[in-house]
Amino acid sequence: MRVPILRLGRVLLTSLPADLTDQQVMDLQIDALALIQSGKADGLVIDITAADVVDSYMARILSETAKMVKIMGGVAVLAGMQPAVALTLVEMGRDMIDMETAFDLEGGVAKVVRLVASRGGRHDEVPTT
Amino acid sequence: MIPEPDVVSVRVTTEIDVAEARQEARKLALRHGFGTVRAHGLATAVSELAMNLVLHSARGGLIRLTVQDAPEAAVIELVSEDDGPGIPDLGLAMEDGYSTRGGLGCGLPGTRRLVDAFAITSCVGAGTRIVCLVRRP
Ligand SMILES: Nc1ncnc2c1ncn2[C@@H]1O[C@H](COP(=O)(O)OP(=O)(O)OP(=O)(O)O)[C@@H](O)[C@H]1O
Ligand SMILES: [Mg+2]
Repeated sequence: MRVPILRLGRVLLTSLPADLTDQQVMDLQIDALALIQSGKADGLVIDITAADVVDSYMARILSETAKMVKIMGGVAVLAGMQPAVALTLVEMGRDMIDMETAFDLEGGVAKVVRLVASRGGRHDEVPTT
Repeated sequence: MIPEPDVVSVRVTTEIDVAEARQEARKLALRHGFGTVRAHGLATAVSELAMNLVLHSARGGLIRLTVQDAPEAAVIELVSEDDGPGIPDLGLAMEDGYSTRGGLGCGLPGTRRLVDAFAITSCVGAGTRIVCLVRRP
């Protein structure tokens, strides 16, 4: 099953399931990039509240997706990291995740809007923050 | 009287097995009084070793967790075992950023930093065995 992507204004939202497969990752990346490329969205918020761990496999997927979105001219923000996840990532080693983060979905959306605006990107929507 | 150790084994060949192994690990740690952060660290270590079984060992392998629990202290032993290709240079495999499959190469070194004790033995053509210990408190 594909991981669903919701659209809130010009921001895409997606929630990663606990047992994400390689195929789902590829589909998600393709879907998100297509929406950004078509000009329907400026960025992507990836919610990891449901993911039960962030291991190096997941970390690579997240950073790689963020990089792809960036290359397409968009912004990607990671949201919903649980405290235990953050502590574990720090213990394992720095720099495992190379992307913007926000506390929750709402913060993630605000951050995308803010980053797009500050970058002098698309101005077809008034930032809400 | 010495209590029976609590043991969980998961045979790992696919990503679905990886998810099962780490969920079992978390439940095991929580039911033996480990804190949520410790339990999460153990689940992450299991996820790393189990994912390596899927990615680097043709026929997968076995994850086994054994708990020795006493009122004042407990220890969980995590063993990952496979009969895959083995690792030719363990020093290199334990280095941050070394990956033969385009990964981050953080799995083994990250796991070593997460647990209280870590040992790895590998034999080219015969397989790999990793033993970790996680203690409470
Ligand atoms: N069970 C195994 N059998 C054979 N080789 C292994 C096994 N586990 C790890 N390796 C080898 O050790 C290397 C380093 O492993 P490590 O888990 O650190 O990185 P990775 O799996 O390549 O990437 P990451 O874990 O960051 O996604 C692997 O690339 C692989 O060559
Ligand atoms: Mg690995």
